[in-house]
Amino acid sequence: MKPPKPATAPEMTWPQRFLIAAVLAWFGLLIFGPAVALVRRALAPGIGAFLTKLTEPDALESLWLTAKITVAVTIANTVFGIGMALVLVRQRFWGRRLTDGVLDLPFAVSPVIAGLMLIILYGPRSTLGSRLQAIGFPIVYHLPGMILAGLFVTLPLVVRSVAPILEEVGSDQEDVASTLGADWWTTFRRITLPTIRWGVAYGAALVVARSLGEFGALLVVSGNIIGRTQTATLYVHDQVESFEPHGAYVMSVVLAGVSFFMLITLEIIRNRSHDKEYASEEQADAAKTSRGKIRPTRRH
Amino acid sequence: MDIVVRNLCKRYGNFQAIDNVSFSVPGGQLVALLGPSGSGKSTILRAIAGLESPDSGTVELVGEDATNLPTQRRGVGFVFQHFALFRHMTVRQNIAFGLEIQKLPKDEIRERVDELLNLVQLNAFAERYPLQLSGGQRQRVALARALAPKPRVLLLDEPFGALDSKVREELRIWLRRLHDESHVTSLFVTHDQQEAFEVCDQVVVLNKGRIEQVGPPQELYEHPASPFVTEFLGQVNILRPETILGMDLDDERPLPVPIPGSSTGTIYVRPHDLEICRSRGDSPGWPAMIRRLTPLGWLARVELTLPDGTGVHVQITQANSRELGLVSGMEVYVRPRDLKFFEQTTEDAAAVNYVI
Repeated sequence: MKPPKPATAPEMTWPQRFLIAAVLAWFGLLIFGPAVALVRRALAPGIGAFLTKLTEPDALESLWLTAKITVAVTIANTVFGIGMALVLVRQRFWGRRLTDGVLDLPFAVSPVIAGLMLIILYGPRSTLGSRLQAIGFPIVYHLPGMILAGLFVTLPLVVRSVAPILEEVGSDQEDVASTLGADWWTTFRRITLPTIRWGVAYGAALVVARSLGEFGALLVVSGNIIGRTQTATLYVHDQVESFEPHGAYVMSVVLAGVSFFMLITLEIIRNRSHDKEYASEEQADAAKTSRGKIRPTRRH
Repeated sequence: MDIVVRNLCKRYGNFQAIDNVSFSVPGGQLVALLGPSGSGKSTILRAIAGLESPDSGTVELVGEDATNLPTQRRGVGFVFQHFALFRHMTVRQNIAFGLEIQKLPKDEIRERVDELLNLVQLNAFAERYPLQLSGGQRQRVALARALAPKPRVLLLDEPFGALDSKVREELRIWLRRLHDESHVTSLFVTHDQQEAFEVCDQVVVLNKGRIEQVGPPQELYEHPASPFVTEFLGQVNILRPETILGMDLDDERPLPVPIPGSSTGTIYVRPHDLEICRSRGDSPGWPAMIRRLTPLGWLARVELTLPDGTGVHVQITQANSRELGLVSGMEVYVRPRDLKFFEQTTEDAAAVNYVI
């Protein structure tokens, strides 16, 4: 049952070695190499210069704004994503398949187009946008618009991470809970949520990563006003445009580093928890390969 | 009567899953809902639990009308085919779940869980997670979890369907013993006739959402009320009357059931209700030729062909077969000890000539 360990397996054949080498080379070329290059450039002038650049007011402002957007988007789309996954998997209603299909639209269209759609609907020259502005709640070129853009581009992530688990597990556990007297909320809290928790965590982590890195939609919607609507990625863009690449490198390292450590932490915690729930190694392996690695996949 | 179902109907689109079903389960009994897949047995069980809402009809549990009661308040224990254990909880936590919902004091819960662990003989596994257990152990946990809050009735939906045959057999016997000790009124869904016979006091046979017959297992086997029940319970040979007309048994020992000469019915003969003789003299019967002889341990299965080509299969003891010196290709005579005759219904027309 256990997959052979390639590093120690004595019977490794030449084609196997070649494949492993090819995979490692590809990985190095596409991910590891560029990442190392970026870090080296960012740290080239020394750690002091790195920190000075990072603590400039514009940089800090942009990071703070990105943090605000990320927190708001992650909370909202995690809650909404769980709800949407539950509805799509458990309920049968007219228009379900259509909703299911359209859900991937944010993946399919360019974020720039997403930003454009928001401007058309909520922009200062639109009916809705001008009314909202009149009552002191402007959307576009302000924080709400940027959060909306973030919500749009990250919409499918949690749903697509959670729905396959719900589908695979089925509703038997929930049905049992209700025969044992548990009401809807208790069942959700004690049965459904623990069952999907790694899907939720993984989806939320992807939302965080995506929100940190979002550029196109924000560029259109924010107006890119330095110190007010400039996010970290827009800051990177500006620094490059204004021939200050060091600022761009520093901010890029910070953004990529946060995403990287978040994914690593998630992986470690998940492995720990697996060890507890699947104490026998064989079952742990089976469980990991069958559903440990949860990706947002299309459902048919 | 602990479970009373009256005029239950449920339709999914064009498919009539349950068609006007009424039956009742006396307190303390273990009753089987037996039928092929698609016969509506699981839907009935889910309707009793409140997991499915019927289109019409009523469900009564221990004298109380439960038709509009939510599942949570019906006080039923439910056991699923695929166990449906809470994977993120230990065995102990699984069994305690229903008791925690009732907000019982901690030490009382502990005591009751220990009691149930004892009952299902899983004391040593209390702190394990479901995935660390075997299939049989998992189903015992599921049963303990269902029994923990002392349900008014226990509903089992193909509880042994996902287990391999040896474990299944052990668990059947174990379940029967458990029921004899606890006497909780139970309804047991299965498609396995032997399982229903082995475990249950009464059997409700279902077909296409309707009840075909209700009764104690042996009575159903010996006196089936319809062709479906005859075919579904055990093996049976199906013959057309014209196949055996004219092939007279002698007048002194006529057929056990008289068959009207011009009838368009169907004859059912169980393989063990046929005896084989070497010659017409000692015990008259229908002439037949042995096509194939398969020894099966202490039994032998003999496949025969009647003069018009109809296949018949007979079960005799291996000793009997040896005594008669049967070999394939031999001409013999077959005599029915018992048979069932049903008037032809259009539904069964296709089944004629089909040997199970």
